[in-house]
Amino acid sequence: MLSVQRKTLVDGVRHASLAFDPVTTSQHEISDEIAKIHADAPAGAPLLDFPPYRSTLLRHPTKELQLVDPEGAELLAPVFGHSDVAPVEADLTVQRGGEPIGERIRVHGRVLDGDGRPVRRQLVEIWQANAAGRYSHQGDQHPAPLDPNFTGVGRCLTDDDGWYSFTSIKPGPYPWRNHHNAWRPAHIHFSLFGTDFTQRLITQMYFPGDQLLALDPIAQSITDPAARSRLIASYDHSRSEHEWLLGYRWDIVLTGSHATYLEPSDD
Amino acid sequence: MTEATPGQTVGPFFHHALAYPGDSELVPFGAAGSVVLHGHVYDGAGDPVPDAMIEIRQADASGVVPAVGGSLRRRGSAFTGWGRCCTDAAGHYWFSTVEPGLPFFAVTVFARGLLDRLFTRIYLPDATDAVDGLVATRETDGRLRFDIHLQGPSETVFFTFPRT
Repeated sequence: MLSVQRKTLVDGVRHASLAFDPVTTSQHEISDEIAKIHADAPAGAPLLDFPPYRSTLLRHPTKELQLVDPEGAELLAPVFGHSDVAPVEADLTVQRGGEPIGERIRVHGRVLDGDGRPVRRQLVEIWQANAAGRYSHQGDQHPAPLDPNFTGVGRCLTDDDGWYSFTSIKPGPYPWRNHHNAWRPAHIHFSLFGTDFTQRLITQMYFPGDQLLALDPIAQSITDPAARSRLIASYDHSRSEHEWLLGYRWDIVLTGSHATYLEPSDD
Repeated sequence: MTEATPGQTVGPFFHHALAYPGDSELVPFGAAGSVVLHGHVYDGAGDPVPDAMIEIRQADASGVVPAVGGSLRRRGSAFTGWGRCCTDAAGHYWFSTVEPGLPFFAVTVFARGLLDRLFTRIYLPDATDAVDGLVATRETDGRLRFDIHLQGPSETVFFTFPRT
């Protein structure tokens, strides 16, 4: 069933998404699809063609990516400085004059390149749902409460050793309409720049021990378990603060797009 | 060698975090010597993608790729050679910029339903040695037009680069 539908997509048939009904497709069916794809060769980057995440159906390229040597503007990432980001933007708990509700956390780590060198003084942007699993975004209609003291948006620059740090509230999981009873695991979106333009990365950081990760088609689009685990922060008691907050550590490695498209052959 | 952190989709809820005033105006709209680069993003059914985000990186008019800050607070800052635009409800994006002194704009594409970012280029209409299909059209009012097709018969050529 699955392979037939994937084949159809490769053949370019329109409106393939109509083959799926998000209301009646169960988590069991989605998990079964994921397991079948995982049985193929594991890939360290998300498969762009990953039908269990239904919105990919008409939004993934079907032609092979063209290998080119970067040149000109592709050789140099944009530069950001202290005029771009105020230090207070790294604390998501003080942006609205009152305390947001939820479990106060600090997320910190290093941004490194593929050789382990720190990415210095570079922009890190984050966004996330509030403790109830609701985004401060007009498109989010999940009937969970908004928090007037929480926008869920932060920015910072890495320091001279590549370190970043945000103070925030632990985001809640939330439902989405991929299939029946679909829930996203708690996550923080991260937007990152390297030193090279080609190292640009947007990804999601997850929390340790989240039972929803195994069920989530977005996280499971990375079919190599070791690579998937690199999106999960670790609890860092050394950065928890007495009677104040819990610490998490998450390091990020930017190697450019090379690692992204070693896709297994399928169909 | 350290292992890469994998990408994930930008999702549907990025606008309030990633859009900012002046994000797509590398130079002020209508400024002397400026040009508008614009187009639509389409999915494999030919429908507009209203929740995509396009970023461009480019040289200045003299061919120098700037390495200066100020992209997030542009007022009074030098030309930074970088900009960002979230598509609107019609899948439309636009930038106000200058024509680069090098033959192309470097482009990154993000969208809900797209599990990792895509790279491409938009070449100037008079570029020599352009990659087939990646050349902007000069419209009669002087704007540069380039549509991005994530899938389908007109699918845009997307790139992968050697590891950096």
